[in-house]
Amino acid sequence: MKFLCVECDQQMAFGERQLPGDGTLAATFKCPKCGRVVAMLTNPMETQLVSSLGVEIGGRTVPAQPLETVRKMVATGRDDAFDEGGEPRGHAAGHNGALTWSADAQERLSRVPSFVRGMVKKIYGDYAKERGITEITPAVMDTARAELGLEGM
Amino acid sequence: MRTYHQLTDPDRSGLGEQIGAQRKRVADRLAGVRRIVAVMSGKGGVGKSYVTANLARALGRAGKAVGVLDADLNGPTIPGLLQTPHAARRTTDQGVEPAIGADGVKCISMALLLEDGAPLAFKGPTAESFVWRGAMEASALREFLGDIAWGDLDTLLLDLPPGMQRYIELCDILGNPPPVLTVTIPTPESRDAVRRAMRAAVERGSQLLGIVENMVGGELKGSAGDELAQEYATPVLARIPWHPTPDTWNRLVAQL
Repeated sequence: MKFLCVECDQQMAFGERQLPGDGTLAATFKCPKCGRVVAMLTNPMETQLVSSLGVEIGGRTVPAQPLETVRKMVATGRDDAFDEGGEPRGHAAGHNGALTWSADAQERLSRVPSFVRGMVKKIYGDYAKERGITEITPAVMDTARAELGLEGM
Repeated sequence: MRTYHQLTDPDRSGLGEQIGAQRKRVADRLAGVRRIVAVMSGKGGVGKSYVTANLARALGRAGKAVGVLDADLNGPTIPGLLQTPHAARRTTDQGVEPAIGADGVKCISMALLLEDGAPLAFKGPTAESFVWRGAMEASALREFLGDIAWGDLDTLLLDLPPGMQRYIELCDILGNPPPVLTVTIPTPESRDAVRRAMRAAVERGSQLLGIVENMVGGELKGSAGDELAQEYATPVLARIPWHPTPDTWNRLVAQL
């Protein structure tokens, strides 16, 4: 799918993506010549069709995780399907240089369905490590969600 | 006004590149697999999974490194047939480790991931879900191929569900049509259904490895195996009786 500014005869460039949480998707495209911006709005079925292909409009923000589509999209997965190597460490278990999770962040993570929790935990963990963050807090999670486009995680 | 293929500027979404990366991921993963065999029929209830599991076990007993991918996402039975104990699938950066069943056979199946007794259901809009459900299942198949840490295998058996849809998806994901082992029962009804599947496989370019005629010697009458073998110039590799012994499967391994 591409967008053409007919007046300028210019291919429009991707701007940003938003997932409002109601199953729809909004993506903006801008003409590099005249600056006109248009928004592509997809309904839940169209959004789902893109998701089902395992691709992301606007490009991938994090590397593909093992069984990513299965874990994100299967609604009837068993709680103990995956072993990610333990629960996140809190302060009491932390040691120098280790990544820890604040109590509030652990509580928020615990609300993520267990079928996909390990994958989400790893994405946040990688995000923190790459930026030298030693403690994951709800604020870090919010920032990561916004930067990485992890809507719904 | 210019049309799609006339617009050649780089696309930040890079959907084509994302699809390409998915295919490379599968190809890289399967680089250590010497042989892929798709077990298919086109007819339900002929014992594809039963044949697949017992063939895999016989290969394992023969000292081969073998894996089974249960591509029947909606009716998965391989873990049960391979007597695979349930355990959480260990996940690392290298992928998801397969389960280990009887005779050392590695396997992955939706049955290992779903709640007991639950159907495969996806999140998303329920209205007109047929539009995206097929694509979702194809993605699950792709991830089973590309994200399971199969390691080096002599043979990876793909247990396909009835019908041709999963076979076609498999051809697209792999980029090359896989060799096919066909399973039938003796009846003319099975012959007619399997004939269509074999024709589709031939038209796609798959090598026909041969036919396994299952449930032979009982109440099911007919000669589907021989008729299909003659029609497609491919051998009947085995005729499986109702109560096969390990030797039955060992002989099939020798033929394959």
